Amino acid sequence: MAHAHKLEIFRGLVKFKSNTQKIWGVLIFLTIITAVEVVLGIYKPESLMGHVLGMKGLNWIFIILTLVKAYYITWDFMHMRDETAGLRRAVVWTAIFLILYLIFILLQEGGYVFNVYDNGYIKRDF
Amino acid sequence: MSTTVANTGTEDKTWGGGNEPLKASYGKMMMWFFIVSDALTFSGFLAAYGFSRFKFIDSWPIADEVFTHVPFLHGQELPMIYVAFMTFVLIMSSVTMVLAVDAGHHLNKAKVTIYMFLTIIGGIIFVGSQAWEWATFIQGDYGAVQTKGGNILQFVDTDGHRVALRDFVEAGEHERVQQEQKNGIWFVSEGSLPTYTVEEVIHGLEKHDNVLVRTQILNEHGHKTVLDRAESIKQLKANGKHVVEGANLKENEYGSPLFADFFFFITGFHGFHVLSGVIINIIIFFNVILGTYEKRKSYEMVEKVGLYWHFVDLVWVFVFTFFYLV
Repeated sequence: MAHAHKLEIFRGLVKFKSNTQKIWGVLIFLTIITAVEVVLGIYKPESLMGHVLGMKGLNWIFIILTLVKAYYITWDFMHMRDETAGLRRAVVWTAIFLILYLIFILLQEGGYVFNVYDNGYIKRDF
Repeated sequence: MSTTVANTGTEDKTWGGGNEPLKASYGKMMMWFFIVSDALTFSGFLAAYGFSRFKFIDSWPIADEVFTHVPFLHGQELPMIYVAFMTFVLIMSSVTMVLAVDAGHHLNKAKVTIYMFLTIIGGIIFVGSQAWEWATFIQGDYGAVQTKGGNILQFVDTDGHRVALRDFVEAGEHERVQQEQKNGIWFVSEGSLPTYTVEEVIHGLEKHDNVLVRTQILNEHGHKTVLDRAESIKQLKANGKHVVEGANLKENEYGSPLFADFFFFITGFHGFHVLSGVIINIIIFFNVILGTYEKRKSYEMVEKVGLYWHFVDLVWVFVFTFFYLV
């Protein structure tokens, strides 16, 4: 197990000759993503400030890029790519399910409290 | 590791304990399960931050205006640059860690030693940077006035640039002195007093025609609302309660106190993880030098602390996004 690394990323688009090479490749990829995030964060292009699904488009881009980074850190640095499907699913899906639930409840209720304050302590007037 | 576990003599049977259906050792699997639970803890904190932010969605501080400092570049507004550097340091130390794990697979003691050392250095640089970031945040920059309702009034010039209190307010003689244990009741003391009183700020505002008050409320463009001259003086006179310089758990010159509370709590909890990660890495580093894993013919311990170290990096990626970018 310890010596059998899968050396492909991007679904086989990029193949590396050794594990060390793959690590540097992933570092370059993560650095590019971080650089893109920082540049977008500093300049905040006006064209990306429109609202998509209740949030600024730019914020969705940040969140998606973060999840991409999280994927490559987990899969290549933490070697999740080389673990059995059982371990991978037990760890990843458990966390994703519970975190999505937590986020949904708390953001939903935060929005509710905002609306209550905003409308003078009346959320809905039937 | 077999020397540390008693054999039961039933290893060849299905339920005898010799099976590894997930092809991972006990220790590694438990590290993964610990990481899952720790990830849920951090998610809880970040989701709670999200809750407070959604609750005050129209008045939350703008992170780009809060974190603008870079060491040795005094007085320049450089949002994001220093955090980007910190992020890069942490990712880099993740890379040296995974290189150490890889060298461990090849039982290359010299390389494991070097890479572990670099990882520890990266961790120390990160923790140091975070301490500096905290110090800057606590010290504050421009100063503000808190209203009776607990909101923050900041000051800008007519072009919309921030103006610090020290640039337009003159401190007079104050009768009120800081109460310390030695000069008052011995069991009562208080924090340092603000440099200015609200009266002095009002006086300074009246003398300087180009200074305006900026409230916490965000307008439709996502900028803070700036009041006109008459309204500025009226608001400050009617509602100004005391001067806030910097941030602590109770008040915060950048806006909602909750912002500072979550900043201290989440980056503090993360920084504590980095600190403990550095300490564990140092322990493993010395074990590597002493040849513990060389004798064991397995560097799996390096792999396990590596998992923890990458997890700390993983959390930072999310903290970075939700505190500094979004």
